[in-house]
Amino acid sequence: MISENKLAGEVDDPIVADALRHFKSSVDYWSEAAYSQPRTARLGTQLKWRMAASWALGCLLAAASVAGTLYEHHAGREAARIAAIKAAEQKAARQQKVAERPVTATVVPGQPVVVVKAGAKEDENLLATVDSDVSRQVPAAMEPLAQLMDTGGAN
Amino acid sequence: MRCMVASTKSMAAGTAVKPMTADAEEEISALEFARVVETHRPQIFRFLLASLRDVDLAETLTQECFLKAHRNWKHFRGDSSAMTWLMRIAINLQKDHWRNRRLQFWRQTQANAVGIEEASEWLPNGERNAEQQILARERVAQVWKAVEGLSERQRTVFLLRYVEERELAEIAQATGLSEGTVKAHLSRALGRVRAELRGTR
Repeated sequence: MISENKLAGEVDDPIVADALRHFKSSVDYWSEAAYSQPRTARLGTQLKWRMAASWALGCLLAAASVAGTLYEHHAGREAARIAAIKAAEQKAARQQKVAERPVTATVVPGQPVVVVKAGAKEDENLLATVDSDVSRQVPAAMEPLAQLMDTGGAN
Repeated sequence: MRCMVASTKSMAAGTAVKPMTADAEEEISALEFARVVETHRPQIFRFLLASLRDVDLAETLTQECFLKAHRNWKHFRGDSSAMTWLMRIAINLQKDHWRNRRLQFWRQTQANAVGIEEASEWLPNGERNAEQQILARERVAQVWKAVEGLSERQRTVFLLRYVEERELAEIAQATGLSEGTVKAHLSRALGRVRAELRGTR
């Protein structure tokens, strides 16, 4: 208990003095009880909430990453399937184009009939023209020799 | 305690006895500190409990206080009593705690502080009757309410004076304030308590 003479000089009001005495004895009593009480480590509510939130966030992230991976895998497979279908369609279209070209037959007596598709014939002609053009082109340095050869051939 | 420290110092200075070895000195110092802990731990805990109204936090800060005191024990010269020195450490720790809490306003710190009503429940069962006990509890609650409204310094000074029953000079030493300032804080704190009690009288 707080001593009477200590309060006497400062606290003239008996009710205030009484309240202060009760206050001190209350704090003493509480402190003694809390001090002697064995304490166990316990998690605070805030900490528990924080841990739960961390777990939830962790689970959410894990689920999101798994879902993302699955989606990516599925999307890859779908894209490959579409590409395969397109490729097949293109191939079929090409084959159909080839099949639709007109067919010409070259008949030489005594030789088997050669059946050539129109497109193939055009290709052959084109290649022959290119060959002849290339063969006629002579480098500038070889021009006199070519002329000589022409004149020699004429003679 | 002051005598004990003084005796150690005189022994260290030792004219009549053999000079002590460093190990012996350390051993004596450790024993002295153990005695200081034993004597003053409940008081430091009580002061921190009254300041914070949080048993766990008071326990933590009491431990920190003695840890700090242990680290600086060799620097303690005995100018003030060990209790005043420890009280000063406890006040600084408490200040740091409040400062950190203010800075971390964005972070919900763990708040285990009990309410005024719960704190007022703690009353020893004296010879009083039930009516007197209820009245005493009410008054304790009013004082707690007034203490809650005090500034940090006013609260510290008030608790050191009316719970720890320290002299004004000791309070001045522990808080680093002048005696005049301590008196002014005390007067304002008492005014608050008076007003609180008058308000419901």
